[in-house]
Parts: sequence; structure tokens; C-alpha cells
Amino acid sequence: MRHKAAPRTGVDWFLTFLRVLLSALVTFGLLAFIWQQIDPGNPLADAINPDATRLSWDAFQGLVISGLSQGAMYGLIALGYSMVYGVLGFINFAHGEVFMVGAMTGMITSNKLFEAGVWEDNFLVAILVAVLISIICSTLTAVVMERVAYRPLRGSPRLIPLITSIGVSFFIQNTSAVLLGPGAKSYPRLPDWLRDDVGIGPFDIEGKKLLVLVVAAISMGALWYLVERTKTGKAMRAVAEDKEIASLMGIDVDRTIVTTFAVGGAMAGVAGILWGILFGSVTEFTGFLPGIKAFSAAVVGGIGNLGGAMAGGLTLGSSESLAPQLVLEPLGVTGHTQLKDAVAFLVLIFVLLVKPTGLFGERLSAEDRA
Amino acid sequence: MSETMNPTSEMAPARGALDQDWRKVVNWGLILALALIFVSLTDMPEKLDKRIIVEPLLSMGYLSLVWIPIALGNIVTREVVLEGMTQHKKGARELVAGLVVGAIGGLGLALLIWLLDTRDLSDPLVNWNDALLEVLTFGEGVGYGVLFWILVSAGLGAIGGAIHLLPKLATRLLLAISLTIVLAAALESALDDISEGFRLEWLFEALFEKKGGLSVQGAIILAVFATAWVLFLGGQASKGKAIVQAKREETPVAVNAIGLTLIAAGAILLPMFLGRLTNDLLTNVGLFLLLALGLNIVVGLAGILDLGYVAFFAVGGYTAAIMTSPSSPGLSPALPWWVAIFIVVFMAIVAGLFIGAPVIRMRGDYLAIVTLGFGEIIRLTVRSDWASGFTGGAQGILSIPGADIFGVVTVKGTDPQQVLYLVMAFVAIAIYVSWRLENSRIGRAWMAVREDESVAEAMGINTVNSKLQAFVVGAILASFSGAIFAAKVGSVFESSFKILVSIVILVIVIVGGMGRIAGVAAGALVLVGILGGPNQPGLLAEFSEFKLLIYGALLIWMMLKRPEGLIPNVRRSRELHQEEFLQDAWLKGQADDDDDGEATNGKVAPA
Repeated sequence: MRHKAAPRTGVDWFLTFLRVLLSALVTFGLLAFIWQQIDPGNPLADAINPDATRLSWDAFQGLVISGLSQGAMYGLIALGYSMVYGVLGFINFAHGEVFMVGAMTGMITSNKLFEAGVWEDNFLVAILVAVLISIICSTLTAVVMERVAYRPLRGSPRLIPLITSIGVSFFIQNTSAVLLGPGAKSYPRLPDWLRDDVGIGPFDIEGKKLLVLVVAAISMGALWYLVERTKTGKAMRAVAEDKEIASLMGIDVDRTIVTTFAVGGAMAGVAGILWGILFGSVTEFTGFLPGIKAFSAAVVGGIGNLGGAMAGGLTLGSSESLAPQLVLEPLGVTGHTQLKDAVAFLVLIFVLLVKPTGLFGERLSAEDRA
Repeated sequence: MSETMNPTSEMAPARGALDQDWRKVVNWGLILALALIFVSLTDMPEKLDKRIIVEPLLSMGYLSLVWIPIALGNIVTREVVLEGMTQHKKGARELVAGLVVGAIGGLGLALLIWLLDTRDLSDPLVNWNDALLEVLTFGEGVGYGVLFWILVSAGLGAIGGAIHLLPKLATRLLLAISLTIVLAAALESALDDISEGFRLEWLFEALFEKKGGLSVQGAIILAVFATAWVLFLGGQASKGKAIVQAKREETPVAVNAIGLTLIAAGAILLPMFLGRLTNDLLTNVGLFLLLALGLNIVVGLAGILDLGYVAFFAVGGYTAAIMTSPSSPGLSPALPWWVAIFIVVFMAIVAGLFIGAPVIRMRGDYLAIVTLGFGEIIRLTVRSDWASGFTGGAQGILSIPGADIFGVVTVKGTDPQQVLYLVMAFVAIAIYVSWRLENSRIGRAWMAVREDESVAEAMGINTVNSKLQAFVVGAILASFSGAIFAAKVGSVFESSFKILVSIVILVIVIVGGMGRIAGVAAGALVLVGILGGPNQPGLLAEFSEFKLLIYGALLIWMMLKRPEGLIPNVRRSRELHQEEFLQDAWLKGQADDDDDGEATNGKVAPA
């Protein structure tokens, strides 16, 4: 985007300064952390962080695992952002709400199944049914959203669909609050084997986190197969590359776009159920922050790039869970865990400042590259 | 595009009543059914039933249902007539289509009533209860309710279709009468307040019932007034306007001066006649108008979609609070408010540059999310223990002494009249600034950047600097609003500065009309005044549960149907509809050239 020949202005100097400052802070924090690990009573820690302690291996491992399992969820949501961005070139701000719809329907189904006794007797059947219903509802939400709000706007100035999607997000959020009542609603209790630790090599992973990672990996594999190995996937890639040429090649562009929304919605539905399993409750605002973080994950991984979305999700999830301990605490920030959400946004800003194309580069359609 | 596109072509005779596009009719009927069921399940009919419009006849609750069949009955019979298409006379066909759509919708509602009676789905759906059934069936039993809604909905759908048959004047009359009545009912408490100030209680009592809602005679009086306005007074008013316009062209300075004096006099005198409630309401409107004017510069003029705009509101509020409150933790200089405002402006400029510089080169949509991220970062930081030494964390900052103006007066938050004067002064500044900037070199640079950044750059505009300028001006206006807000409320908490506020301001700007001062003012007045702000109740306090839902729906609807807003900016609207203009021009050209053979067939409509 930047013209190489253009003279460096004040803004450029400021940006360079910011880049250097942020990188220096992160490096300094990490070095301080390492020193603190070696010797908690070192002079630097004494000066800025008097109650510094060593981070135990168990605690570190716990942070990594919860970061990765959350990151896997972000990755699943991010796939939806990434695919829609690849095909239509706009951010579907309301995709987080699709995820929320998945979590909500999951809550309703699992509570109904719990009442019927299936949840406790045969957990695997219950969770499969819940996942299926969540996927159906999320997919439906995404498809209706596309039909009602986005299709009429195709070809309008770029900000118009973005603003519309903010409206859609707002509408779905408040629909949920009005129809289902505001506030947190809980999932039924998980069976014991999901709440116990499972030992894999040097790691002890809580059963539900392992389940999240496994389900995310399976979904990712299925999506990869769909996009790279099937005819539908080929059509999607063609439409992402160039809509006009794709339609000349006999691809039904409208249908492909609907498929894209549907697949993204299904992934968000799976992520919704996983959220319910991981955190045990859901509110009408559940979709908002994870949605934005998932978008950040998509950007971090390089938007339009499916593998990148998953990698970005894992990166974002683990940095959000590790950075408060690894960077903020050694820097002497008190109450660092409160800044967890702020870290996610800082990662986004940092990546956009340093490498705007994301870690793995972006794949965009012709009109966006211009 | 409307039917008026093609006034010259001849009207074909009306089609037969049963010559319908049945698929379309059934589809719209199903949409209507879904809409009615949705509105019922949101519990609007029950919760708003207490808010009466015309005493025994209609409440807001029932209005929330009955407008839908009319609107959809009208939409289904609307025809898009383009160049070269035959236009048919309207007739029984429209009535039948509306009737069928309405009947299908009524069937949907009847199904809901039956289910409400026989099933219990109150587990996920919180509003699934007997009270809703009672409201939907008027307490007369399920059979009555089912029959009533099928018949009424069909009738209303037919009315919606019949609107096409009426002459233009009759449609205008109907619209004016229904708008006047609904508006009067919505403004009831404000009118009560105003009538006291102007010693017009007798008029208020003539129009409204004691327990709320218009009386039947009041509604008739208003209907007669609306009719008179449309038929006679409206013409006179526009004539008067034309005369003033003509005079203005002759002696612009004198007429403008008189106009400004009148407006200023009105603004100074009005709050004296208003009661507490209306003053407070107008203060809220003013605060949001100030924010919206700022965002209007950023989004409307410069085309930067800033979703973290609330950050500057927070910067203003917190800076004013820290500087003026004697009990702020950490730094507590307890300065007078008018001194603090300079620091507020300085902080706003710093924040504007600091947030603006990193994002200014990003693509529009990235920029939106990143600014949103900044808004959250600022709120989270303010709340955290880390910054609580200055900001009080979740406890906020209390006992802000009010706004001290040059040591002459102290505007206390407890006196809404004084706060209103303060807000109006700042709104006046903001309007003046926006108006002057819009027509200045900077303003034209902003508009050029909005329309096409590369072209603007090629024209020699420094796009980065001009965007940053817009960012900073917007930040300053928002920080003013924040400083007044802090003085008015007397305390600041981080919960007042959620992203929600940004989105509400965005809705105001978009519904009113991006890039147009009058539009933004109308948007703030209608949305914040009647529906209410994110945390502030409006005149329709009963709507507080639904206002965000309505905001969301309004945002979608405006973007789909009228992206330029209610009171559009001419240039902006042209920009948004450019494609339609081009297409029409092309179609017209093709219709003219048809005899010349293939001449235009090679041309493709611009994509």
C-alpha cells in the first residue's frame, strides 16, 4: 500500500517509532521474564516487580493448553471471516453472532437432552445431536444473513456492507436477549471423564480441552478436504480468485457465495458448542469479543488463507493467555490478567503495523489486490 | 426505483384480479407470518400495551403488530417499472394480493396463538406465557383471537395494497394523519411538560386522557389539524419559505442575520419554558448530537469508519473528571472546569494523533476493527488495577463538582436547564465548525479522499494528513461531549464508555444522513429523544428493552433502502446511487437507439 518513493513524513516516523517501541517492550518483557525465571530476586525484578516469582512448569503448561484450546476455537470462527473475506472482500462483522447462535442452540439442546436423561446416560450421542443442531442453526443464520442483508448490497461501496453487518450483529445480539432473556445461561454439568486430566507425554490436559483440540482438528481437516479436494471447493477458490471469470466458466457465483457462508456458519456452530463445553455458559454477548478476536486471528494469519486462519487463531489464543504472565508481569503491570482482552487487540495492531499481510500472507481476489 | 420513473409511457389496462405472481404473494405472506410471530415472541405486544396511543382503540403494543401487514401488503403490490416496460393500471389485483398476504400472515399468528394455548415452550422462549396469549386473544378465548387476527390481518393487507389505488393526495393525507397521531402519542410526556411551561394545560387536557394516551376527540382534532395542514397550511408554509429564499438571494447578510437571531433567541428562551424532564431529555440529545457531529466529520466527510469513537468520549470524560474532581485518586489538581477543558482538548488531540496515526493507512475495513480494538483497549486499561491509581478502576471517579464557567457560574448536573445551555453552546460551536470546515479547503479535501483516495492523492492532496485532521477534529468534539457528560452526571465509570455507545452514534449519523448537519441533528433528536441513548431513557421509556433491537434493524434497513439517510447530503447521495443513474441513462439510451440496430448492444452496464 505504501509507495516506496514517497518521502517519509511525520506519520511514517511515528509508525517506525511505534514498531520499535512495541518490539522493544515485548523483547524487554520476555528477557525480564527469563531473568526472573533464573533468579526471581534479580535487581531488575526488584526494581519494577518486587513480588516476582518463578512461573512453575505446571502453571506454564496450563496456560499453554488453555491458550491453545481457546485459540483453536478462534481459529474455527476465523475460518468463516477468512472465507467470506476471500470471496466477497468484506468483513462480515456479524460472524461472531453466528458463533453465538451456535453456542445458544447448543445450550438449549443440551439442557433439553439433560432433562431427558440422555446427556448423562450417553454423553457422546447427546453431544453429537447438540453439535448437529448447532451446525444447522448457525448455517441457517449465516445463509439467511447473506440472503437478506448482503446479497442486495453486492457491488456497493465497501463500507456499506460493513456497516450493514454491524447492524446485523446488533440485531442478532438483541434478538437473543429479547427472545431468550438476557444474562448468562449455563450448560449442563459435563461428565467426570471430561473434567479429569489426561496425560499425553509430558502434558496433562484437561479432558474438555483435549476434546476441543481434537474436534477443531477434525473440523479443520474436513474443511481442508472440502476446499482443496472437492468440486464445490474448487468453485469457491475460483470465485475468490475472480468472480467474473468464474461465472464465465459456468460457476454459479451466487450459489458458491451461499455455500461459503454456510460452511463458515457450520464451523462457527462447532466453535459455539466447543465454547459451551469449555466455559459452561453463554450470554447474548458471547459472540462479540470472540468474534472480533477471531477476526484478529484471521488477519494475523493472513486473511483469505485458511491454514493461516487456524494458525492465527492458535497464535492469538496462546499469546493472549501467555502474554500477561510472560510480558506484562515482568514489565511491572499490576492486575495483568485483566488486560487479557487488550493483549489480543494489541497483537492485532502489532501485526498490522509490522506485517500487514499477516504471518502467512494473504490471498485476495483481484479487485482487493488493487 | 419507483413507479414514477416512467410517467410518459401509456398505462396498460388493469390486469385481472387473479392474474397474480402467486409464488411471490405466498413468499411475502410467509415473511409476514414470520415477522408477526417474531414480534409477538419479543413480547412487544404485551410490554407496550400499557402505552396507549388512542385511548380505547390502539396501544403501542398492538401498533407493533398491525403496521406490518399494511407495510408488506403495500410492498408486495409495488411494481418496479423500468424504461420500456408496460405499466398496468392498478385495480382489484392489488387488493387481492394484499388480502392473501395478510391472510397468510394472520394464519401464522393464529398458529402461534394455538401453540401458545396448547404447548409450553417457556423454557428457551422467556416470553412464552399466558400474558402474551391474553394480549393476543383480547382475553376472549383462542377461537376469537384466531378469527380476529386472520380477518384483521387480511383486511390490513388489503388496505396496504389499496394504498396504490388511492390518488396521491389521499395517500399523503393518510400518512400525515397517522404520523401526527403516533408522534403526538409518542411525545406525550414531553408535550405535557411543554404545555405546563406555556400555560397550555387546557390544550393538553383536551387532547389526552388523564391516564395516558390520546382521547378519541383528541385524535380527531389532530386528524383535522393534519388534514388542514396538508390541504391549506402546508402550501402557505412553502410559499413563505420561497419568499424567504428569494429575499435571501437579494440580501443574504440581512436575512441570515435575522434568521440566526431568531434561532438564537429561540434557543435562549425555550429552556426557560420547558420542564425538568424535557430539559434533561434535550441535554441527552445535545450530548449525542455533539458526538454525532464529530463522527459525522470522521465518517460522513472523510469516509473513515471509526468504530472506537467512544474512546475520545472517554478521554474527554476521564480527563475532565481527573482534573476537576477533588477526590480523584492519584492526580487531583481540582481545577475549575473551564481550565480543565483546555487540557481536555490537548488530551483529545494527543489521543486522536496516537490512535489515528497507526490506523490511517489501513484499508477501510481493517481500520474499523482496529479502531474498535483501540476503544476496547482504552476502556479495559481504564478499568484495570494498573491504571486505577489515576482512573479509579471499576469504582470510577466521583464527586465531580460540575462545570465552572470562568468562575462566574457553576453549572450543576442537578439543574438540567443550565446543563442544556452549556450543551447548546458547545453544539453551536460544533455546528459552526462543521459548517465552516465542510466548505473549506480541508473539507473538500476530505470529501475527495472519501470518494476516491488514489484520485485525491493524484490531485495533490496529502491524504494521510487530511485524514488525520478529520480524526483529530472528531476527537475534539467527542471530548467536549465527554467533559460535559462528566460534569452533568457528577461521576464517570468505565461502563459508560462501552463500544455500544460508538455504534449508537454511528446509527444516529447514518439514519440522519451522513455528511449533512441537519440530518445528524434530526437523527439525534428522533433516536435519542424518542427511543433513548445507550444508557439514557428516551420519551418511550417502555421501549428501553427493545431500543437496541430497533437500532440494529434500523441500521440494516437504512443501509439496504436508503444508505444516504433521512436527510441526505446531495453529493453523498449522488455518489451512492451513481450506478443507478448510469444504468438508467444506459437503458434510456438503449430504448432510444433500438431502431439503429446493434449500436448499443456491445456496451455493458458498468459493474
